[in-house]
Amino acid sequence: MSEEQVITKEPETAGAPKEWEPKIIGFLCNWCTYAGADLAGSSRLKYPANMRVVRVPCSGRVDPQFVLKAFERGFDGVLVSGCHPGDCHYAKGNYYARRRHMLLQKFLEHMGIEPERFHFDWISAAEGQKFAEVVEEFTGQVKKAGPFKGVGK
Amino acid sequence: MARVGVFVCWCGSNIAKTVDVVKVAEAAGKLPSVAYSTDYKYMCSEPGQNLIKQAIEEHKLDRIVVASCSPRLHEPTFRRCISEAGLNPFMLEMANIREHCSWVHDDKEVASEKALDLIAMSVAKAVKNEALFSQEIPLTKKALVIGGGVAGIQVALDIADAGYKVTLVEKTPSIGGRMAQYDKTFPTLDCAACILTPKMVDAASHPNIEIMTYAEVEKVSGFVGNFEVTIRKKARSVDMKKCTGCGVCYEKCPKKLPSEFDCGLGQRKAIYVPFPQAVPNVPVIDRENCRYFADGGKCGVCAKICPSQAVDYTLEDEMITDKYGAIVAATGFQPWDPTPYTNLGYGRYPDVITSLQFERLFNASGPTEGKLVRPSDHKPPKNVVFISCIGSRDDEHGYPYCSKVCCMYNAKHALLLKEKVHDAQAYVFYMDIRANGKGYEEFVRRTIEKYGAIYLRGRVSRVFQDGEKLIVRGVDTLAGKPVEIEADMVVLAAAMEAQPDAKDLARMLGISTDEYNWFSEAHPKLKPVEVLTAGIYLAGACQYPKDIPDAVAQASGAAAKVVGLFAKESLQSEPTVAEVNEDTCVDCQLCKEVCPYTAIDTKTLTDRAGNPIRTVSCVNEGLCHGCGTCVAACRSSSIQLRGFKDNQILSEIDALAFAE
Repeated sequence: MSEEQVITKEPETAGAPKEWEPKIIGFLCNWCTYAGADLAGSSRLKYPANMRVVRVPCSGRVDPQFVLKAFERGFDGVLVSGCHPGDCHYAKGNYYARRRHMLLQKFLEHMGIEPERFHFDWISAAEGQKFAEVVEEFTGQVKKAGPFKGVGK
Repeated sequence: MARVGVFVCWCGSNIAKTVDVVKVAEAAGKLPSVAYSTDYKYMCSEPGQNLIKQAIEEHKLDRIVVASCSPRLHEPTFRRCISEAGLNPFMLEMANIREHCSWVHDDKEVASEKALDLIAMSVAKAVKNEALFSQEIPLTKKALVIGGGVAGIQVALDIADAGYKVTLVEKTPSIGGRMAQYDKTFPTLDCAACILTPKMVDAASHPNIEIMTYAEVEKVSGFVGNFEVTIRKKARSVDMKKCTGCGVCYEKCPKKLPSEFDCGLGQRKAIYVPFPQAVPNVPVIDRENCRYFADGGKCGVCAKICPSQAVDYTLEDEMITDKYGAIVAATGFQPWDPTPYTNLGYGRYPDVITSLQFERLFNASGPTEGKLVRPSDHKPPKNVVFISCIGSRDDEHGYPYCSKVCCMYNAKHALLLKEKVHDAQAYVFYMDIRANGKGYEEFVRRTIEKYGAIYLRGRVSRVFQDGEKLIVRGVDTLAGKPVEIEADMVVLAAAMEAQPDAKDLARMLGISTDEYNWFSEAHPKLKPVEVLTAGIYLAGACQYPKDIPDAVAQASGAAAKVVGLFAKESLQSEPTVAEVNEDTCVDCQLCKEVCPYTAIDTKTLTDRAGNPIRTVSCVNEGLCHGCGTCVAACRSSSIQLRGFKDNQILSEIDALAFAE
């Protein structure tokens, strides 16, 4: 048996091959996006199950190092989301978040991390539908980018 | 070594249907630091809470993870539960496996896997949790009510009757709001003025209520129990202390304008009271339209004629800053402008009017002194067509929501039409009759059966003028044929929409809004008068279209919340605020720069002899709201947010990264 044959044969013996699913982490502010995600839940909207949520008080609390740490730990995608401009529960935390993450986006590219693996958005407490859509779209986007192989690879 | 207890809730079948709770609880028991894990049908119920309390004692648990619904719903419940068992309430973490998991996924295997991940993250965070302690903060026992309609008046009266001071701020020159414009109220046909004006007078004469009309809230800062509010009292140009309300000034004023109160059907002067029963009964000068202000002081008739020298053109806007413990928003709604329905001729034909205009037409203090006549030729109308859902339940022209009250006031108008003009005939075009209130359905039936109103299920496609008549073309979907009615008057039941400045006020108060700018309550069922910001409450139609009974009921609910708050001696602060590590802080002041609340001060560290060594940042816990923006800004990780420290969040990331 040649090496090639072994490789093609293996999945058959292991049963139906499972499709690769990206691992995504989301940092959501308590007052808007986390509440929007709750609303998506109570409205029974369906979206892909790839993302796990870390609740933070404000998108302004999301230190860019959390995003970098997530990529270091091998996550395939990171979502940060907070209140719409002007709606921040803490007046202006989301503006700081926006600035930091715009800069971070550039830094990620510089590090060789594809920009489509990181997404920053505004989702309000009333936007359950938007939350489900953003998660669905982002999950698809990360899926397309494939497994994250590490910085610069 | 931490001993974490994990409690997985079934939430009946809400979670158990899509998450294998038994298996997940079993697997959670094998997570690092977990000493005990179990599952139960309803963790928030009394037996569920007792189960947690017993387990804390039996298994010597020092940290608890409850995997159930959103922490935004039951975090306070379980914090109380574990503190009753002797743990610090902040030793709790919640894994949201309902809203974020079982309700949004279908595949049981996938959802179970996700639930376990969420629990693993919560466990990892809980291990790093520290005991946190609240501090006592003072409480100003004085309430601010924004909006002087029936809801705002009710809130103010209830709070004032309980013995607390209230300031009632109203944007227009008089309190009374929309209800003051109505003639009768459904379903009892009470005269609106007869039930409202006594309340207005009660509010004005109440020793605990201060009314500020022609005033707007400019700035709000602070937090529950300690709001600082700046109110702009617009220049009235009439001295409220001197004015006796005799009314000579507006009799003599030469400048006539369309009256807002009469929806443009009547006229008012440049110096005016909006309506005869206004409270306070003190006129105001509309400076934009006053001849004195336009022509550099030439007119001045009102000042000359005033017997008590109350008119004062030199008065200026006044800014008043005061402290309040609670704020109630009762800013109401505005009627939607039906101009986008170009096919119905509103604005083009004078006898196509809105329901509120119709209401003014048969009000005794309205533009026609209660005589129901057509605006065009002042003849009484015979055939009147009422059209429902103008801007409601209509994505194309207006809003998708139901304005809730229109079906009822249509029935009221159809009934009153018959009482005013005995040989008149009412036609009501409707999509559905929504009459779900006490005595409402009976009222509609009475209008149809006893007053002969003809109800036609269907929409109107076109209204056009033909001589003196308005031709209404529509469809009767029950009969399945087109209808054409020769009408004398067409009345459009315009939707209720949020106030144009609702969004600005919401931002000022920290209220979130929905896509139509209605104010969002903290929980649609369990917290209907609260908002997400503590100390701020809602009353009336600023939240969503409401009729008078609903608005008044909610107003009393909001007042009860305020009174409940004021019954406390002091408040407990949220301990989840920022703290500075003085050993590593270098006083770069980045935290100070980004803080939205100026909560960061500079402190000088001294040696034992009291000589200054260096300066560091320090947090004023009374001002800090716990957003954590400073933490993300700090370069040396010297400032941390209790409850959301770097190591807590990083543990969550790690727990998930290394999850099986």
